[in-house]
Amino acid sequence: MFAYISRRLGVLFVILFGSSFILYNLAAISGDPLEALRTSKEPNVQQQIKNLTRDLQLDVPPPLRYFLWLRGILGVFVGHINFGKARTGQSVTELIWLAIPTTVRLVTGATIIAIVLGISIGIVTALRQYSRFDYAMTFVSFLLFSLPIFWVAVLLKEYLAIQFNNFLGNPTISPQWLIGLSLFSGVFWAAVISGDRKRVWSIFAIAGVSTAALLEILSVTKWFAHPGLGPIALFLLSVGVAFGVTHLSTGISNRSALRAALAMAVITLVMYYPNQWLFGVENKKLVYALMIIALFVVSGTVPLLFSKIDRGPIIRTSILSAFLMGLLTVIDKLMQTWKPYMETDAVYFRPIPTIGQVNALLEPGNFWMNFLDILVHLFLPTTALLLISFAGYVRFSRGTLLEVLNQDYIRTARAKGLTERTVIMRHAFRNTMIPLTTIMVVDFAGIIGGAIITERIFGWIGMGTLFNQAIGSLDLNLLMGVFLITGFMAVSANLVADLLYSALDPRIRAVSRSK
Amino acid sequence: MLKRKKNLVETTNDGGENAIQNKEIEGLSQGQIVRRRFVRHKAAMTSVFVILFLILAVFTSLEMKIGPLKWRGWWKFKYDELLDLRTEGCPEGIVGCPTLSVVPKFLGGSGMHLGMHPFGQDDIGHDYFSLVMRGAQRSIYVMIVIGILGGTIGTVVGAISGYFRGWIDAVLMRFTDFIITVPSIIIGSVVGYHYGNLGVGFLAFYLGLFAWTGLSRLVRGEFLKLRELEFVDAARVAGASNRRIIFKHILPNAVGVIIVSVTLLMSGAILLETALSYLGFGVVAPDVSLGSLISQYQDSFTTRPWLFWWPGLFIITIALSINFIGDGLRDAFDPRQRRRLTKKDKEQAKVQAKIAAQSE
Repeated sequence: MFAYISRRLGVLFVILFGSSFILYNLAAISGDPLEALRTSKEPNVQQQIKNLTRDLQLDVPPPLRYFLWLRGILGVFVGHINFGKARTGQSVTELIWLAIPTTVRLVTGATIIAIVLGISIGIVTALRQYSRFDYAMTFVSFLLFSLPIFWVAVLLKEYLAIQFNNFLGNPTISPQWLIGLSLFSGVFWAAVISGDRKRVWSIFAIAGVSTAALLEILSVTKWFAHPGLGPIALFLLSVGVAFGVTHLSTGISNRSALRAALAMAVITLVMYYPNQWLFGVENKKLVYALMIIALFVVSGTVPLLFSKIDRGPIIRTSILSAFLMGLLTVIDKLMQTWKPYMETDAVYFRPIPTIGQVNALLEPGNFWMNFLDILVHLFLPTTALLLISFAGYVRFSRGTLLEVLNQDYIRTARAKGLTERTVIMRHAFRNTMIPLTTIMVVDFAGIIGGAIITERIFGWIGMGTLFNQAIGSLDLNLLMGVFLITGFMAVSANLVADLLYSALDPRIRAVSRSK
Repeated sequence: MLKRKKNLVETTNDGGENAIQNKEIEGLSQGQIVRRRFVRHKAAMTSVFVILFLILAVFTSLEMKIGPLKWRGWWKFKYDELLDLRTEGCPEGIVGCPTLSVVPKFLGGSGMHLGMHPFGQDDIGHDYFSLVMRGAQRSIYVMIVIGILGGTIGTVVGAISGYFRGWIDAVLMRFTDFIITVPSIIIGSVVGYHYGNLGVGFLAFYLGLFAWTGLSRLVRGEFLKLRELEFVDAARVAGASNRRIIFKHILPNAVGVIIVSVTLLMSGAILLETALSYLGFGVVAPDVSLGSLISQYQDSFTTRPWLFWWPGLFIITIALSINFIGDGLRDAFDPRQRRRLTKKDKEQAKVQAKIAAQSE
């Protein structure tokens, strides 16, 4: 194994060396970085040219200059990496260190949501193969697959940001929207749950009517102007989470697991007011860290009270539910911040921005306000990226699950009388996740370089912006810096994916395959 | 003869879905089976017609010169022709609005007609319909070149490395890894920014040079699998040359994978080209592509949305049709693929089984 990894790493470095050498020279011969200065009429042109030549070592021919650059990069092995200087005189290392967090922030959320949503919908479509829901989702995912992101982004800006901001001015839902959304919800849930005709119609009616009622209440109380869950709604949602997680994780018939998950819901309710107080105290970082630790400790130990045997799945259920309930509590807190956030001068009732990564006018200091600010700025780009990338996961997880469901061991599992839930969640889903995991790894690596267009449209200053800037101004060091990071992420992710694959799937052995 | 008939009866008699499906493909060649399956895929067939119609309409609409041949084009304006901006019939303060109308008169619209400028005009008076046609021409052209070039390179590299294995495989696959390291949007931007003026042919060419990696991996996998099968051994024992084995025995069996991934490559290619043009590194002025049109007019969305809608709709239509065709092809080539039986099929099978049983 060690030999295999070291050999792969060796190849990886050779590849990076080769491609960076070619790209360096390609970019170097493609234009003259001094051209703009030569035609300029400023008095100190000669001096500027001289400085730039010295700083960027332009008097050295590109193939040799590459090795000078490489020497700085190889400094990574002695603990001091040097990407050289950008044209502006700033250090490229610094620029990249500033840009990476922005890009990661931009893309991580979208990728995670796309994975979760894509896989869930993919699985449902596979389980309901050839149903209307399957056909509809196939069409939707192909449509999303074919959308250019720059086009979607403009539409989102217009309809999701500007129109939604207008709606918030007077947050009452018009009857057309009410009927439309209720019908949609009815059709959606009826298609997902499905069954015989009577069942489908009753699900359609229940889902439609409850959506309509909920929207009407939200509309009448002008909930969107001052949203929030409050302890009661939070508790009800938590109970829902408890049932849902238990159903997927162990099955409702496992009473101990259900009791543990419901206990978590009760704790969430009991802790509602203490949590509100804790959210407001000084020295926040420490307090929040302690809260997260407490969440895991409590959810890990409380289930021990409910069962003496087979505690693993129960603890898993309890931790997962507690995590989701904690998330709900945070969402509730953010909703409470919504109204004061809208009322600040910096926002003034138009909360969804179409551009930028933070609101510079907002006063710093208020943690929740700034957190919410980051989230609303993430809203549009995340939605755009989500729409684009989610289709791939739907298609892929559907295909994989269908393949797995045709295997003999699934038939065996059914034949020996396991419940459908166990067959799907334990036998089929876990095996579906093997190829999906490797795809996810590669996708995560693509995150850093993958948002060139999105950053440009939404005015974020991350790796994509650096890249655009580097190409536009013939800034070789900057370009190579961006390339090296993305290239390194791409090849190492492939390596990790291969290793992970062989670790997850005992049938595949990375070592023997390479021979 | 009698024995054969009995066999037939038996296959229909077992009445299961397999029997119905097996009977359907009895006596058909692989090609015929694939074709039948594809024709049955409604979305794919619709897409084939849509894309053929689009290509035909788009490429005949404008004036074209190929060597000494000259095509007049059925549309009345050229894409670089400056016309007077139309103001009548437009809302206050807006010029060059579209004249296309699709709501018939009896529904309260102004009748179905194209009018002078069906897609409106851009801000200096170009007819937007011809601009969009021109852009679509460029985009489709790039897509096809990338498909052909990337498909060829990918197939050749994958076939050679999968068939010969050993050091050839190692070298070729490391070379593939090497190309994968460079994201195509980066290489496209670097080359496009500096050589964009060399025209759309060059753009398509170098994008094609970098677009084959995924395909070559798939083809390699397919070849690795197929070369171990008995019919290849049989061919080798019979004295067939490597060349003959590759072209006559393995390639026809791998063609499904190749065709499907080439279609997907093409739908990716049109998005890549439009994205590059949007960033300004692809097709550059004075030429236009669907991406550069969107990039140019995205800010006028609120005042003159048609400048934004049409090129986008064309990109989506083209990419969507190609994706559906790819899906149909995948289903058609997949040997495990079974058609979903309708109630009618099952009824018919039952009736036939009954008749067969009675005639016995």
